[in-house]
Amino acid sequence: MIRATNLSKFYGGKRALGPVTFEINDGETVGFLGLNGAGKTTALRILACDLRPSAGTIEVGGVDAVTEPHEVRKLIGFLPENPPLYTDMIVTDYLRFAGELRGMTKAAVNRRMPDVLEITDLGEVANDPIGNLSHGFRQRVGVAQAIVHEPKFLILDEPTRGLDPVQIVEMRNLIHDLKQNHTVLISSHILTEISQTCDRLLVLGRGKILGVGSEQDLAASESEIRQVTVTVRVPISDDPKGQIRGVLAAVDGVKSVAEPYEQGGGLLFALSTTKDCRADVSRAVVQAKLDLLKLDYARSELESTFIRLVGGADASN
Amino acid sequence: MRAISIIYRRELGTYLRSPFGWVIAAILLLIAGFLCQGLAMSGEQLSAIVLERYFNYTSSIPLFGGVLLSFRLLSEERQNHSMVLLNTSPVRDSEIVLGKFLAALTFLSIILLLSVYMPIMIKVNGKITTAQVLVGYFGLFLLGASTLAIGLFGSALTKQQLIAAVVSAAMVAILSFIHILAARVDPPLKEAIEQIDLWWIHYQYGFMKGVLNLKDVVYYVATTYFFLLLSTKTLEAKRWQ
Repeated sequence: MIRATNLSKFYGGKRALGPVTFEINDGETVGFLGLNGAGKTTALRILACDLRPSAGTIEVGGVDAVTEPHEVRKLIGFLPENPPLYTDMIVTDYLRFAGELRGMTKAAVNRRMPDVLEITDLGEVANDPIGNLSHGFRQRVGVAQAIVHEPKFLILDEPTRGLDPVQIVEMRNLIHDLKQNHTVLISSHILTEISQTCDRLLVLGRGKILGVGSEQDLAASESEIRQVTVTVRVPISDDPKGQIRGVLAAVDGVKSVAEPYEQGGGLLFALSTTKDCRADVSRAVVQAKLDLLKLDYARSELESTFIRLVGGADASN
Repeated sequence: MRAISIIYRRELGTYLRSPFGWVIAAILLLIAGFLCQGLAMSGEQLSAIVLERYFNYTSSIPLFGGVLLSFRLLSEERQNHSMVLLNTSPVRDSEIVLGKFLAALTFLSIILLLSVYMPIMIKVNGKITTAQVLVGYFGLFLLGASTLAIGLFGSALTKQQLIAAVVSAAMVAILSFIHILAARVDPPLKEAIEQIDLWWIHYQYGFMKGVLNLKDVVYYVATTYFFLLLSTKTLEAKRWQ
């Protein structure tokens, strides 16, 4: 089990995470979901003992990760956002190096090697230099180094980042296989990825936990609120975001307006509303002499829940 | 010890596999060879003087090679994100530093060994003792260990390899020429500054002349230890940032 209590991390004076408290049970697959900068990577790096928390405690498999990081590192396999690869090494030599670093004997690594190559489907490139491999294969080598020592806990930070659609499907299948033998923690901002892979979600926003539970739990807890997304062409103004936000926030029924992001040549705003107010929103936008590019409900339940949770956090900040 | 050995083998393999290490070795040996052939062996000289000059010019190998072989050791790991593998493995920072340092020292020693043909030529054609040669090489080895430790510290400071190289080179240059400053100040500061000089005082007045002084050995060992300790502490501090 992983138990984090009042975990916080500051970079200088800036809060990157926390305080957050959560538990992850053995055998679970938990998704850390959040926008860029939400604190996902910071949380996972702390769990992997790559970072020391500024405050709070963390126990991994009953061992205190702050006072005994060495013991915790033996229990964990970590794939960071950028796989930690030595491009001058061939795949098997690199995996031997990673295994031995984690305390395995040479004989044990050699015994484990065929299994790792099979699980990660690296057999055809086993004797190739890592520098010659495609991005998809490099990502697989990154997973292989994380599982070579058969860790109890597997932490994967954005494992599908930069992969093409075929590689994403392959990586998803690989993660499904890994779930059989490991407690898996995955971070992603791709909602479909998380929803298809994880048993439980932990939604992070601005360093705080906004929601915990299965996709259904999260959706149920927010069922009374509706979700409208509106895309508006960026007007020529000193503060276009502020101008549009002001117009949208004034619409009857709008509870909160999330931080916008650019999409399709305009700014996409996610609105938490107490009723279906698409007609009011379109009228307000047109009356403000703004160009309305798109108006819709969020596409899926999880997406809707996620945007609402994050939007709520933005509104409260 | 096991972790040191694992990191040592990987790092030494990188030097031996990549053209980087061999290109540096070739350039250093070429420069040292030209300097020795053109300057140390020019004119009729006593063979002991020729050997002394040889060791003077050959000290460029550990001075420059030490920096060139070490500046990338840690900065490159951070730049390529491979440091995460070491940081999330049950390995101490001191083991990372020692493994990398010993690998670089081994490769530098290989370069020094490849230059041995020159003193052999001097011995064949003149009158020098084997002890003189051994003391000189021991000095080069200790000087190399110190410059490597300084370079490793520079490498621990930043992930920018160029900055690491410049900082390391600056530290080695300052410590090598600080005797110039010592000459301009009064005692007891003069003696104090002289004693931290990396090249002139502890190498030129001792090992280069075939004289083995315990204080010079202690100085180089202490300097190496000091900068390795600084590297370890820097790594520890950065690991938790």
